[in-house]
Order: sequence, then structure tokens, then C-alpha cells
Amino acid sequence: MSTITATGSGLRRVFHQRRLVAGMIITALVVALAIVGPWIAPYGEHEIVGKPFTHSGSFLGSDYLGQDVLSRVLAGGRSILVISVLATALGMVGGILIGLLAAYVGGWFDEVLMRLNDVALAFPQILLALLVLSAVEQPKWWMIVLLVGASHAPRVARLARGVALGLVSRDFVASAEALGESKLRIVLAEVLPNMSAPLLAEAGLRLTYSIGMVAALGFLGFSTDPGGADWGLMINENRLGLLVLPWGVLAPVIVIGVFTIGTNLIADGITQLAEKGAES
Amino acid sequence: MAQVKTETPATETTTDEPRRGRSATVAWALWFARRLGLAILTLWLVSVLVFFATAALGDPIRAILGKDYESSPSRVATLEDQLNLDQPLVQRYFDWLGGLLTGDLGTSLSNQLPVSELIGDRVVNTAVLVLVSALVMIPIAFGIAMISAHYRGRRPDHVIQVVLLGLAGVPEFVIGILFVALFSTTVLHVLPAVTISAGGEGPWQNPGSMVLPVLTLVFAVTPYVARIVRSTLLEVLDSDYVELARLKGIPEGVVMRKHALLNAIVPSIQVVALQLAWLAGGIVIVEYLFSYPGIGASLVDSVRNNDIPMVQALSMIIAGIYVGVNLIADVLSILFTPRARTAITS
Repeated sequence: MSTITATGSGLRRVFHQRRLVAGMIITALVVALAIVGPWIAPYGEHEIVGKPFTHSGSFLGSDYLGQDVLSRVLAGGRSILVISVLATALGMVGGILIGLLAAYVGGWFDEVLMRLNDVALAFPQILLALLVLSAVEQPKWWMIVLLVGASHAPRVARLARGVALGLVSRDFVASAEALGESKLRIVLAEVLPNMSAPLLAEAGLRLTYSIGMVAALGFLGFSTDPGGADWGLMINENRLGLLVLPWGVLAPVIVIGVFTIGTNLIADGITQLAEKGAES
Repeated sequence: MAQVKTETPATETTTDEPRRGRSATVAWALWFARRLGLAILTLWLVSVLVFFATAALGDPIRAILGKDYESSPSRVATLEDQLNLDQPLVQRYFDWLGGLLTGDLGTSLSNQLPVSELIGDRVVNTAVLVLVSALVMIPIAFGIAMISAHYRGRRPDHVIQVVLLGLAGVPEFVIGILFVALFSTTVLHVLPAVTISAGGEGPWQNPGSMVLPVLTLVFAVTPYVARIVRSTLLEVLDSDYVELARLKGIPEGVVMRKHALLNAIVPSIQVVALQLAWLAGGIVIVEYLFSYPGIGASLVDSVRNNDIPMVQALSMIIAGIYVGVNLIADVLSILFTPRARTAITS
């Protein structure tokens, strides 16, 4: 099977994959920017450095309130990073559980579960988040995590079920059953480890979409911390200044774009790696 | 998902009831009825989800009134009356569903007009945007895929693959804003950044303002379609009959157009449909970005105003488009695949 091993040859294979390496470098740079950013920002997150949309403050100028754009870009990455990663983790774990359960139990249970899954798939991802936000006065950060994660889960479940179906009929699962191992142990110890490559690639893809969705919700003006520095929200706040001084909008847009390119390259690199592993 | 669905009924009709001599039309009608039934079941469950996500989670009235909630009990009472909050939840759901089925979409909370009146024009505007985008996207995506497949493994193919991969992950609003900066505000000033349409006029009467929304949607969708069409083309190009065509001395261009492209169309229908269905969600952000007067921008406004009846109606429309497009794609791929057709009728 095409599992990525932590052995020396496995690591060497990883570094021969140019897309994967490029993706990891880009992603690491953006993550570092988001984590270290708040400490190296020249001005405070809410500090007024001059008139709105002028070249006061750092080289990127000031935003709609006269706050420093560069400092807010540096300060505004953490929330997006944390929320996207948590949402991805939630969606992956939930989806894998549903998919494994459906594939292993099978029968009518599988049929019902997957039909319900199809219903969830009939929703464009952003719609689910908007639906719930319409009945909420002020979204909390964990709501965004739950909503984005929940919108990923059915998509992950479909993939996990498909991969697991190919595995549950294999000999090693039958022999584990013959040995009298518990179902839970078989699923977790026999089936799941053999699914790691496609699931890793899926996690990279889900992270890419999470970043896009979390940023998009900020861009649409749904903020968990009104006035706080956040890449998505910055775009919304500074839109009117695009004609005067574009950096308040363009700087966060470019960072988000680069971030998603990086995570998407990682996802694609893992897929390529798994394909090569399967061939050899 | 669609491919799996198309296969299940075929096997079941053969195993469940071996009816010999049944005409192909009946088998076809049965398959279609089953597929249609599934779509309706899906939509019904979607309606349950839409209703309970908006009405049962959170407190709509508190969200609508905000700080006024404590100070004006009379407005609370009016809203409670308007949303029929005195009735049990299940009762309200069936009232709402009944209205939906008879074309009564309720009354908007923010301006007290019937929802159907408010969204009628907007549905048309969105349909135009999505259709124009699809018409632009399909030839471009197929063209890119053909060029890429033609140069398989060589430099032009690599460059195209990397560019497509880069674009595929980038959120649509990032692409859209970069276009706005490039074409209307910062670098060039050639296209309008927002859609301006006078009352009652469709946005297509001012074609310039449609260029950027269409371009953004095309850029968001093309990478996915082009990548899958390319791999389908490659599969076909490796097949025996293409090899035979080449051996017969048919020029490579003709092989690509006649043998490869035509056979790649059917698998591509599914992917194009999936992307069109995705567009149903993508328009939310793109319409908001360009202030395009469609249902997507409407949805964002309604969510912000906590206008529950509007949100419910618009969500049902978007989910309906999604389910409908998938249904049409399934039917088309069955019709265009002789093997699947025989599997149903035999």
C-alpha cells in the first residue's frame, strides 16, 4: 500500500517531490508570518498612525481608520490560521468516522448514512455557514470552526468510505476478524493506517478550502471580533479605499492567496507521492 | 456520487425482478423515476435542514432587534406574531413547507414585501451570470485541456499544470479583488468595479459591468474542469482504438478532435455539472464583491439583516439549483453512454 513511511527512503522520496517541497516552504513562511507577526509588528493592532488611506505608518500606509496596514496584516493571521486548522481537523475526524463506520458496518446502515450524506452535499459549503449565522447576533470563533468543519465532514466521509471499502474486503481484515479482534480495534488499527496517503492529501485540500471559507466569511463582514485585525475582515473594512490606497485590501488578499497556493501544492504533492509509491 | 448513483439502479433492476421482454422505455422510465424520487427526497431533507438551522438554532428575534430586544417588547411581540412563534416548531415547519410548495415564499422581515416579489428579477440575473460564465468557461477549459494533453509530459504541459494548480486553491474573492485592482482601480481604469443597474434593467444591458464577475467565475472554475478533462483525454489517447486510428495514418489533430475529444465529453459532463453546481455557491461571494443584483448578494444582505424568510427561500433556491444540475448531468451521461443505457434496459 502507498503509505508514507517515516524511514530514510520515505523522507528522500518526499524531498524529491518538487511541488510538495515548494508547498511546504510557502506554507511554512505564511504560518511563520502569522505566528511571529504580532511580535514584530511596528505599531499596535489598534494604534492610529495618521489619517485614513495615507502613506503614514509603515510602507503599506494606513487603513480606513488610520491604523497601520502592515501591523494589522502581521497581527491578523493568527485567528485565520487557528480557526482553519481546527475546522480542518474537526471536518477530517468527523468525516473519517462517518466514512469508516459506513464502510465497515455496511448494509442498510451504510445506505442510510450515505443518503443523508448526499443531502449534506447538496449544500454549497458557504451556504451552511450563512444559514446558521442568519440566526445569530454575533458569531463566536468556535461557531466558525463548527460550521466550516461540519461543511467539510460529508465530503471527507465520501472519500473515507470509498477508500475504506477497498480495504475492508482485504485478507488482513478477514484474518484480524478470525483472530477475534474487536471491531473498533480492527477499524482503528488495521483499516485506518492504510488510508493515510489519500486522507493526508484530502486534509491538505480541506485546509486550503478552510482558509478560503474562513477568510470569505470575514470578507462578507461576519466577524468574530469586530474591529480586530483579521485578514478576511481587513478586505471588507478597506474596500472603499481601493481607489485611494489599495494596500489595505491587496496586502491581506495576497497573503491569503499565497497561503492557499501553498497548502494546495502540499495536497497535490502528497497525491503525486502516493501515486508514485503505488506504482513502485 | 453521481456515478455511483447511476450504477445502483441498473444492478437492482436486474437482480430484484427479472422481467423479460420489458420494453426499454419502461426500464428507462423506472430508472428516471427512481432518480427523480431521490432528488425530491434530497430536497425535502434539505428543507428540513434549512428550516431548523435558521429557526431552531439561536434566537432570531434577539438577533434581529439586537439592543432593542430589552427596550421594546411591542416589537418583540410583532415579530413573534409575524414568525408565528406561538405555534410549535413542527407546525411552523409544515406551514412553511406548504407555502413553499404553493409558491408562497413568505414575507421579508426587513421591508415587509413578499419574498417572491423581491427575488424574482434576481433569480433571472443570477441565471444569466451563471450561464454566461459556463458558456465562456467550457470552451476555454476544453481548449486548455487539449493543448495540455497534446504536449503531455513536455514543458507547455508542465507550465499549464502548475498554473492551473496554483489557481485551483485560490479563493474566488482573491481572484476577483485582484481583477478589480488590475482593471478598474489601481493599474488600469477600463472596467467598472461594481455592477450598476438602474431599477428594472437587467445588468446585461450594461455588458461592461458583467465582464469582471464573469471573468472571476471563469477563473475560479476553469482549473478544475481543465485538469479533469485533461486526464480523461489522456486516458482516451492511451486506448486501443486511438492507437488504431493513429496506425491507420489519421493525422494527430484529427485523432485529438474526433476520437479523443468526443469520447472525453461524457465523463466531462459530470465534472462540468459539479462545477456549475459549485457556481451556485460561488456566486454568493462573487455577487457580493461586485454588487451584482442576484440571489447571492441578496443572501448575504438577508443573513446580515437576520431576514429569516428571505434566507430560507434563497437557500432552497440555491440547493434546488445544485440538486437539479446534478440530476440533469446524471440523465445526460446515461443518455450519452450506450453501455450504461443497455445496462438499464437489459
